[in-house]
Amino acid sequence: MALDNAAVRKIARLARIEVTEAEVEHYAKELNAILGWIEQLSEVKTDNIAPMSRVVDMKLPMRKDIVSDGGKQADIIVNAPETAAGYFVVPKVVE
Amino acid sequence: MTEVKPYQVEGVTGGWEVVIGMEVHAQVLSQAKLFSGAATAFGAEPNSQVSLVDAAMPGMLPVINEYCVKQAVRTGLGLDATINHYSVFDRKNYFYPDLPAGYQISQYTQPIVGKGKIVLDLPDGSSRTIGITRLHLEQDAGKSVHDQHPDHSYVDLNRSGIALMEIVSEPDLRSPEEAGLYLRKLRTILRYIGSCDGNMDEGSMRADVNVSVRRVGAKFGTRCEIKNVNSIRYVQQAVAYEARRQVDLIENGGKVVQETRLFDASKGVTREMRSKEDAHDYRYFPDPDLLPLELDPHWVEDLKSTLPELPDAKKARYVADLGLSPYDASVLVAEKEAAAYYEAVAKGRDAKFAANWVMGDLFGLLNKAGLDITKTPVGPDQLGSLIDLIKNGTISGRIAKEVFEEMFASGEDPAAIVEAKGLKQVTDTGAIERVIDEVVAGNADKVAEYRSGKEKLFGFFVGQVMKASQGKANPALVNEILKKKLTA
Amino acid sequence: MTDIIDLDLGSARDGLAKKAFSALELARTHVQAMEDARSLNAIIIETPDRALADAKAADQRRAKGESLGAMDGIPIAIKDVFCTKGVVSRACSKILDGFSPTYESTVTANLWQAGAVMLGKTNMDEFAMGSSNETSALGPVASPWRRRGDNRPLVPGGSSGGSAAAVAAGVGLGATGSDTGGSIRQPAAFCGLVGVKPTYGRCSRWGMIAFASSLDQAGSFGRTVRDAAIMLRAMAGYDPKDSTSVDRPVPDYEAALTGNVKGLRVGIPKEYRVGGMPAAIEDLWQRGIGWFKDMGATIVDISLPHTKYALPTYYVIAPAEASSNLGRYDGVRFGLRVSGDNVLDMYEKTRATGFGAEVKRRIMIGTYVLSAGYYDAYYLKAQKVRALIARDFTAAFEQVDVVLTPTTPSAAFAHGEIAGDPVAMYLNDVFAVPASLAGLPGVNVPAGLSPEGLPLGLQLLGRTFDESGLLNAAFALERAANFTARAAPWWRQ
Ligand SMILES: [Mg+2]
Ligand SMILES: [Zn+2]
Repeated sequence: MALDNAAVRKIARLARIEVTEAEVEHYAKELNAILGWIEQLSEVKTDNIAPMSRVVDMKLPMRKDIVSDGGKQADIIVNAPETAAGYFVVPKVVE
Repeated sequence: MTEVKPYQVEGVTGGWEVVIGMEVHAQVLSQAKLFSGAATAFGAEPNSQVSLVDAAMPGMLPVINEYCVKQAVRTGLGLDATINHYSVFDRKNYFYPDLPAGYQISQYTQPIVGKGKIVLDLPDGSSRTIGITRLHLEQDAGKSVHDQHPDHSYVDLNRSGIALMEIVSEPDLRSPEEAGLYLRKLRTILRYIGSCDGNMDEGSMRADVNVSVRRVGAKFGTRCEIKNVNSIRYVQQAVAYEARRQVDLIENGGKVVQETRLFDASKGVTREMRSKEDAHDYRYFPDPDLLPLELDPHWVEDLKSTLPELPDAKKARYVADLGLSPYDASVLVAEKEAAAYYEAVAKGRDAKFAANWVMGDLFGLLNKAGLDITKTPVGPDQLGSLIDLIKNGTISGRIAKEVFEEMFASGEDPAAIVEAKGLKQVTDTGAIERVIDEVVAGNADKVAEYRSGKEKLFGFFVGQVMKASQGKANPALVNEILKKKLTA
Repeated sequence: MTDIIDLDLGSARDGLAKKAFSALELARTHVQAMEDARSLNAIIIETPDRALADAKAADQRRAKGESLGAMDGIPIAIKDVFCTKGVVSRACSKILDGFSPTYESTVTANLWQAGAVMLGKTNMDEFAMGSSNETSALGPVASPWRRRGDNRPLVPGGSSGGSAAAVAAGVGLGATGSDTGGSIRQPAAFCGLVGVKPTYGRCSRWGMIAFASSLDQAGSFGRTVRDAAIMLRAMAGYDPKDSTSVDRPVPDYEAALTGNVKGLRVGIPKEYRVGGMPAAIEDLWQRGIGWFKDMGATIVDISLPHTKYALPTYYVIAPAEASSNLGRYDGVRFGLRVSGDNVLDMYEKTRATGFGAEVKRRIMIGTYVLSAGYYDAYYLKAQKVRALIARDFTAAFEQVDVVLTPTTPSAAFAHGEIAGDPVAMYLNDVFAVPASLAGLPGVNVPAGLSPEGLPLGLQLLGRTFDESGLLNAAFALERAANFTARAAPWWRQ
């Protein structure tokens, strides 16, 4: 499953990471080396093996339906690069 | 009963069938969010109902709200669906400014609720069963405001993390009307269960509508998904428009491409959604911050046994036990509160008669006044007393309508109105005879005509008598005595 | 009397209790040591005022007879992966530039609750992705250790490289670390320290900047097993804010340190004898086996057949989870924003600028293994192999109480020495990763020196939630190994 440049560009787009043409070449080489090494997993027989679904043997804990948080707009937006009237501000999104 | 013609879009090359599937997002009526303790109330200041978890601050982790799980299961039971005792929360990864974590916690391959069904009550009294594919729990995203600034969008995360039930139907719907009926029926069920208020104006229920067209009996065509339509009327408009668009496209040699579209309510059209141009690859995988959701079968059974009577069961009971027509029964059960009102009125009374009053006079006036059944100025006891006054002959049906209007306007009890206005029915034979004698004497020419065979004039005499008695004369007695006097 | 700066955590605790010195004196000494060690670049944010204030408060408590116990007045350093309220926390990434949390991680909150004194935040590999601390956006850390007769700077290991270098240089009596695939045990081995990663679920992950959620686990560094045990106890505990936190009481780990390992069954996995392992490592392992024998333990040869696949499994699962966990760094709510023509452009520029090469590489790999058409072949496959690896350990722990292995396949290396080859770098964690995948507790015990004079460590792995038994075995091993070497303090100039 070798990755070509187009595939690298597609992954970078999905991951929202801008890549230059030179970087695409570089990533293709590196990622292929890593994926080639990972390829050895195909040697392992895993028929009828359930994938690991949890690390610790316990049940999903649940909360009561009680309002215990919120009411801290200042804390929520204090680290934001740009805000206005309590909102986060981003470049215009065209739907 | 007239045969209902199946809905078709007429093209230049013949008729096309519309195939519709629905993905409804129903907001769980909970106090707190699905994975955080922030409030869910509508209309708060921007970013004021946001926890660190909802804003996806570094290191924040989700903890699930038990009540939301319970409501999803109860809703599943209300849809006659399989409850999955083992389900998994997955991350759906994509970037959007109102999706703070870069992923939505949802359920993908193993949802909490599996296959179920919804029965549509058609206007002709028949019904149609629509398959439910699944129901899963997921988080809502925040809200982007695009119209506040020429080149900025504003992001409010108050909705971020609110619990949604995504209810997916099979592509079983075939017309805009059915799409509307489906949404109404689903909303009815959600309201009976109490898991969602079904309020489309406030966004607590939104529909993604999948539309495709095909020749009758042919394979499914390529579908387009119309996102986030927020009223039943818009859904119907969107479906009609989209079906027409696809038929025109195909007939002009084009091809429908699978895409996400938006419904522009002001223009009544659907258009391609630009922000979703990117072919999506959501990279679902089980959320490692959460464990699989395992339900105790006993707990599920307990929930099942404490479910309220649901609309289909209620409707069946109204038909079987109360003798209502299927259509009347379906109208009465459509709203839980209306059904409760009706039952209170009908209790110990003529059920059909009560149904006519509730559906006809009450619903009519409520509708005219733009009021909800919960805001009715006439309580069920009051309407019941009014019916009793008719039944025991105190007032006539005609007077009763007048009394009811007065009750609706003032909120007064019917007996008090009847008393104050002197509307009691006259059942004194002597009094009625006196009025009839006057009418007969004053219309000698008409009496002659009647006696020479123009029996149609009987109605005229009744009218005159009722008018003279200001509507208070008992109609049965008027008929009886009038007949005697005229033939004498 | 020994100089205060030479005391370990346990002795300092005793000294404070006897009022041999005050917490303030202890803090001043460590603040001074921190300033003296700036050339190591181990501490990237110093909080001396906070340290002195914390220490004064500890002294006041003690004066009133209200001391909070073992950690009260003990100066420590905090890995930058933990969010600390009002103190910039950025996992040493440019993308979290200036991020000042309005909240405190549960682990650090527990430490402050126990009276610990905060010296500062330690350097680390960016988002804990690395084994040499060379991926930090704040520059590499120099290990206090140098090869004999060679002044080239060496790596302290990673990703908790700053924490390890600090404690090894006598800056702080302990430090927090996080271990996703060896990030505590490997730097502990490189720096001659005890580093313990508890069972997954023992320490809360709330407020710890996530790398790979199913693997990340906080732990402690100390100069001795006792130190690491005291600190771990203060960090650990159930947290209802973390759905993977386990509701179990935290035992008094220090009290479990008897050193008695008679009859203890020590497993030696044959699969850990990898090709190309330096003789010094193999020798050390044999010595470790001998020590346990001498102490009356039973040595049991065991097999962990899927060991070989642990590393590639890890390099599917960890990047997959990371690619998703790092989706939140988008320039909208916190951290770096690089403006663009539109939102998409802003995202791509922000993330391209804000993330370093290794982080980007892992996000790309993770994105790929989860993408349509590859999920089954990579991610699902890896989760199946992971189940097999966990099963290997379950079977082994029916025969043995602890497992003894080398911690790393080599001693520390020089800056830049293997930075160009990602896979060669990943191999550093070949012995650490299997236990991470299985969620088991592990500890590094410094046990000897390489021929160049660098520390080498032995790793002990324990049963789920048996940190007490594990730490006691480590305590016995520590006494037998009697590792007393200290790095010569060249950095003090
Ligand atoms: Mg959908
Ligand atoms: Zn959805």
